Amino acid sequence: MRVLQIIEPAYRATLEEQDDTVLWFTRAIRAAGAPADVLLCGTAVNYSVRGQDAEGFRVGGWSQHHPPAIEHEINKLIESGARVAALSEDLAERGIQTDSMLPGIEVLSRKSLGGLCAQYDRIWKW
Amino acid sequence: MSLTFLLMDAPYEQARTSTAFRIVDAALRRKVGVRVFAYEGAVSLAMSGQKPHANAVHGRTLEEEAHPTPHAWVSALNELARENGVSFDWVNCGLCVDERGANEVVPCSRRGSPADFWKMNLESANTLVIPTR
Repeated sequence: MRVLQIIEPAYRATLEEQDDTVLWFTRAIRAAGAPADVLLCGTAVNYSVRGQDAEGFRVGGWSQHHPPAIEHEINKLIESGARVAALSEDLAERGIQTDSMLPGIEVLSRKSLGGLCAQYDRIWKW
Repeated sequence: MSLTFLLMDAPYEQARTSTAFRIVDAALRRKVGVRVFAYEGAVSLAMSGQKPHANAVHGRTLEEEAHPTPHAWVSALNELARENGVSFDWVNCGLCVDERGANEVVPCSRRGSPADFWKMNLESANTLVIPTR
């Protein structure tokens, strides 16, 4: 049963969670045997950008030792065999060039969405 | 036959919560078993410490106001499933529970993990994810 996780909201509580909760959930269910892939759209296409650094979060005398590492999470997903794609129109709207993206992320057009979804048994839009 | 739902919103924040409960209610009334995986803020839905309150703005006492509590809705769904002879399984994401200190929950709910969600999905006719925004 193939699953496509479509992620749209980005950076939702990532500092509190030290992760994106949907990327984390995707890695967790893949570890349980789910053949889950990821499509980034909307603001979440920014997860495809290389060199993000969320260090430096401090509240009073408390500082975050392990900030969210989205780049690492995306790379781990790809290494585990997941297909990770991002929508070209949403990348273009945000001025994200392909040479600034993590290797291994497919760029798909909105026109291809129908064919993409047809390849999956479950589509979960987050 | 059963359906799986993933809920993510914390109580008293979004109309998605009451809508999700209505969908689950409708499924149980049609004798369709339901499995719910409560993720992130949704683990607070089953917290047994929720208390109704009076409402001075409404001019109503505690009894008159009859303020809803989501944990009562969870228990009511469990009772509805029992009356209709279908299954009802409410699983709270354990790590999400720990983050929020949401350990005291109604007895018809249990602790689990995303692996339980995947198993629930495999055993269901379909799965609806209702994420937060």
